Amino acid sequence: MLIRQPRPGDSAKIQPSEITAESVYLNRRRLLQAALAAGVAGLGGAWSQPSSANVVPLQYKRNEKYSLSDKPNKYEDITNYNNFYEFGIEKSDPAANSGGFKPSPWSVTVSGECENKGKFTLEDVLKGLPLEERVYRLRCVEAWSMVIPWIGVPLADVLKRYKPTSKAKFVAFKTVMRPAEMPGQHYDVLEWPYAEGLRIDEAMNPLALLVVGLYGKSLPNQNGAPLRLITPWKYGFKGLKSIVEIKFVERQPPTAWNISAPHEYGFYANVNPNVDHPRWSQARERRIGGGLFESRVPTLMFNGYEQEVASLYQGMDLKKNF
Amino acid sequence: MPSTFVVRRVMKPALFLLCLLPLASLVWRAFGIAGTDLGANPVEKIQDTLGQWGLRMLLITLAITPLRDWFSAAWLIQLRRMLGVYAFCYVLLHFLTWLILDQDLYWAGILPDIARRPFITIGFLALLLLIPLAVTSTNGMMRRLGRRWKTLHRLIYLIVLLGIWHYYWQVKADVREPLFYLAIALVLLGWRVWKVRRRFLPSHRSSDRPELREEA
Repeated sequence: MLIRQPRPGDSAKIQPSEITAESVYLNRRRLLQAALAAGVAGLGGAWSQPSSANVVPLQYKRNEKYSLSDKPNKYEDITNYNNFYEFGIEKSDPAANSGGFKPSPWSVTVSGECENKGKFTLEDVLKGLPLEERVYRLRCVEAWSMVIPWIGVPLADVLKRYKPTSKAKFVAFKTVMRPAEMPGQHYDVLEWPYAEGLRIDEAMNPLALLVVGLYGKSLPNQNGAPLRLITPWKYGFKGLKSIVEIKFVERQPPTAWNISAPHEYGFYANVNPNVDHPRWSQARERRIGGGLFESRVPTLMFNGYEQEVASLYQGMDLKKNF
Repeated sequence: MPSTFVVRRVMKPALFLLCLLPLASLVWRAFGIAGTDLGANPVEKIQDTLGQWGLRMLLITLAITPLRDWFSAAWLIQLRRMLGVYAFCYVLLHFLTWLILDQDLYWAGILPDIARRPFITIGFLALLLLIPLAVTSTNGMMRRLGRRWKTLHRLIYLIVLLGIWHYYWQVKADVREPLFYLAIALVLLGWRVWKVRRRFLPSHRSSDRPELREEA
């Protein structure tokens, strides 16, 4: 008999049999969409192409060890409720405005304190690394969370290819700068291009994932196609999207939200129910998908990944290093 | 100028329905036959929508007197009370949504939030200040308070500014919309300051005219 062990980040014990297979509800959706589209076409309206239309299926293996047993959020919610200010500030903007974004061809510049510098195609970055699926909880700094089946490769495996030197104490990342394809970049709500960074030991932690897909398919534009970062023990804004630059550096690099509001968003941005955002509490979170009358639930230290990452911050004052 | 009959029997009911639309649309999208259709985070959607309409209604209410003067449309004043009461209702519903749907009456979180988080404190204060205005919006109260009614209802100037401040402080990075509201409020309030100043200049004293009050 197979007994499921609790996994990192687990909160609810849901049997796999309780999970609605994606194909089932996608079929439902397709029927509804077809019906709607027929209706709209009848009115002579143009049915705008959703930007998640050109995703492709991926070959991957599920990593059970790093997958929550929580039920994942609906694909529709994951792809229509996004903070991706490059496409606009409303949650619905990225899905609406990312249709013109071209995630292919793609290349990433690797530079700084490493031996293998250069410009690499996305295919080269991922070459030989098997894609794995991991179901992580994403906790936004705005006090909501989702459960998302990501597909990607461990960040450490990618970084090691470029042979960081002993001077590489941090890794700095940048999102692509394409105002013509990313209308939100016309407004200075944040400093563009979006910059993020990790301490090298954080970046090498097995939980850190370079993501290329979700729900078995390549990333839709609004979720950070074609390559994004996910560090599930940190607030969502650390996981920058559409990465074009990886740089190994000696000093702590500047990061987008920290530049924008240093007293509200720190470099570390670890999920911590005991350290509030200056304007709202981080003690409880709203689980997306719960509906109108679902209560908030307590937020877990390091978003439930305490066992995996707490040692990274031993002896640090997490109230100061928020 | 429309007749009293038209204002009372046509314009007021029409305005009533118009102001009800945002709320009706929310209720429809929350409990309609298609199930909840308010995006991934319906609670946030309801809360934000109600708050925004509260602020918009406050600004529209504040715009009535200037519009009356600019367009010499005295009848507009008859619509002001309904707009003001609607503003109060939307703000109250916004607050109740936060209290019940968002915080699930979790007092251990709510009370410290009101006390310690400035943007919540400010919003709560604006709601408290709206209560006496709503309570004294009846004809009986207007009669009873006499001239003090007008003084009391000048609180709306402060309330609007608190509301915009609450909104400004709540947004994460993009402050364009709250600043847009602020610009409107400053025009509407600035015009009042300008009018009062003019009244104190001797040469304009003759142009001063009695305020038109909403009729019974």
